Amino acid sequence: MQQIPVILVRHLVKKFGTFVANDDLTFDVFKGEVFGFLGANGAGKTTAMRILCGLSRPTSGELRVDGLDVHKQAEAIKKRIGYMSQKFSLYKDLTVYENMRLFGGIYGLSLHDLKSRIDQLLGQLDLRKQRDTLIADLPLGWQQKLAFSVAILHHPSIVFLDEPTAGVDPFTRRQFWELIYKAAYEGITVFVTTHYMDEAEYCDRVSIMSEGKIVALDKPAALKKHYGVGSMNEVFLRIARSEEEADSR
Amino acid sequence: MPTLYYLLQKEFIQIRRNKFMARVIILVPIVQMLILVPAVTFDIKGIDLCVVDLDLSSTSRELVNALQGSQFFKVRRMTFSMQEAQNQMNRDEIDVILHIPTSFERNLMVNDAASLQLLINGINGALAQTTLVYFTGVITEFNRRIVMEHIVLKPVSASPQIVTRTRYWYNPELNYRIYMAPGILAILVTSIGFLLSGMNLVREKEIGTSEQINVTPIKKHEFILGKMIPFMVIGVVDLAFGLVLARLVYAMPFVGNLLLLVGFTLIYLLAVMGLGLFLSSFANTQQQYLFVCFFFMMIFILMSGIFTPAESMPAWAQQVNQLNPAAYFIRVVRMIVLKGSGISDVGWDMARLSLLAISTTVFASLKYKKTIS
Repeated sequence: MQQIPVILVRHLVKKFGTFVANDDLTFDVFKGEVFGFLGANGAGKTTAMRILCGLSRPTSGELRVDGLDVHKQAEAIKKRIGYMSQKFSLYKDLTVYENMRLFGGIYGLSLHDLKSRIDQLLGQLDLRKQRDTLIADLPLGWQQKLAFSVAILHHPSIVFLDEPTAGVDPFTRRQFWELIYKAAYEGITVFVTTHYMDEAEYCDRVSIMSEGKIVALDKPAALKKHYGVGSMNEVFLRIARSEEEADSR
Repeated sequence: MPTLYYLLQKEFIQIRRNKFMARVIILVPIVQMLILVPAVTFDIKGIDLCVVDLDLSSTSRELVNALQGSQFFKVRRMTFSMQEAQNQMNRDEIDVILHIPTSFERNLMVNDAASLQLLINGINGALAQTTLVYFTGVITEFNRRIVMEHIVLKPVSASPQIVTRTRYWYNPELNYRIYMAPGILAILVTSIGFLLSGMNLVREKEIGTSEQINVTPIKKHEFILGKMIPFMVIGVVDLAFGLVLARLVYAMPFVGNLLLLVGFTLIYLLAVMGLGLFLSSFANTQQQYLFVCFFFMMIFILMSGIFTPAESMPAWAQQVNQLNPAAYFIRVVRMIVLKGSGISDVGWDMARLSLLAISTTVFASLKYKKTIS
């Protein structure tokens, strides 16, 4: 793997009043990797991801996304990233094709590029027949796959996925991860938050957050070895337990 | 701006698919024009009168007949007890008590003067004033007849009299509906521009699509325009629809320039939408926006001079009205539609409303943030 950082975070702090959501985060994400961003609810994952996407402003810290400064070039960054939020965010009263056309159009794809790109994506997703179906009429799993496809429609360098598989059945989750791998293979860096520890195994590297801090960051295999356990789930439990002990002390 | 094109395409598809919107666009003008216009009227007819005639003379009877004969009064009760009459007033069954004292006729014949007592329910000041004016009119007419019939032998002063002949311009029959219809049109345009556009924006916030839009490189003004233009189109279409309805149902004349009216309406829509989008950025739910919007709409419409003449409001209120887009719009719609005022007549209003429109739109664009705090 090429070790070129596409996301560079140094001492990121985000405060909401007196509450510190992100407490001095420092990490890099390299080009083409699938980077898992793990942590319990309220650990500060979504906050950090929103800051990287330009949806929220950091309190302090140095942040670069695809070489651009988050503080000064937030709008330029938006052209180079894709984002899929926790809340499903395609227009349910538009068809599959209309959603793709809208977002492709906003990202400035030419009509010609747009058409061929949409056709290609629909083929990949095996959704050609559903081209003119309203999103509302599709099953949830398909909706999630579509949301992902729309997020990478404009060939971003990085795609941010905020719990993309929440509430999706295991089979569809698996298909979803195939899409993620495919995107990574095409050179798109994937930054993904998740609750599912089995999904953490699929990542090239994972970071585990707790109470606003990063408490572990490495390849899944290295983490398992470090804690002497067999699965990411156990790694996570170990870390959670040691954090609790630290708190009670 | 190709982005704007895609945004507009999206909005129009959504509006077309939304059955609720389609109904709003068609039903609201019909209901407002057909129900509000005839309902909101200051024409006063059939004032409920109670007569306490203690004289029971031929003159008093003639007076009562004269009142009964005018279209303004309706004699509901005749009684001999003032107490009874007052009780009726308390129960709101009558608006006016006419008290004719004993020896009314005798005083009139012997002393050349007699007095009557008129008690008017003054809770509604405007109604009370009008009642008095109508009553005085009937009495004046009655007086003249008495002078002619009974006092012909006395020397009648032949002093010259100034007679005023009144002609009402622009609405010769003082038809209240013709006055109200353009005002109701203005309310229609306001509810579309102010309410629907803001609601639309807050709805995207509620369902989460605005977040997806905010991570795109979309420009603020593109987004704001994408939200404004569709409702401008709907506003103008509904204005035209309302004008046609007013024409067909109330035979409302349209003497002005249609293009001028459309132009003025667009500026007005820009002003209220700018404000709507500005306010909607403070709201997280459609209910919140609805409440704030309702608050402003009440103030705008009640102060605009649609029901009560804006010129007779206190000076401070007239100053406030400089900032009230609805005040400009209602005045100018009536001027263009009923008087045929041209650009030179409404130019100054147009300039000031444009200033308002630019300010609210700029505020809306500045307040609209692509980030969440």
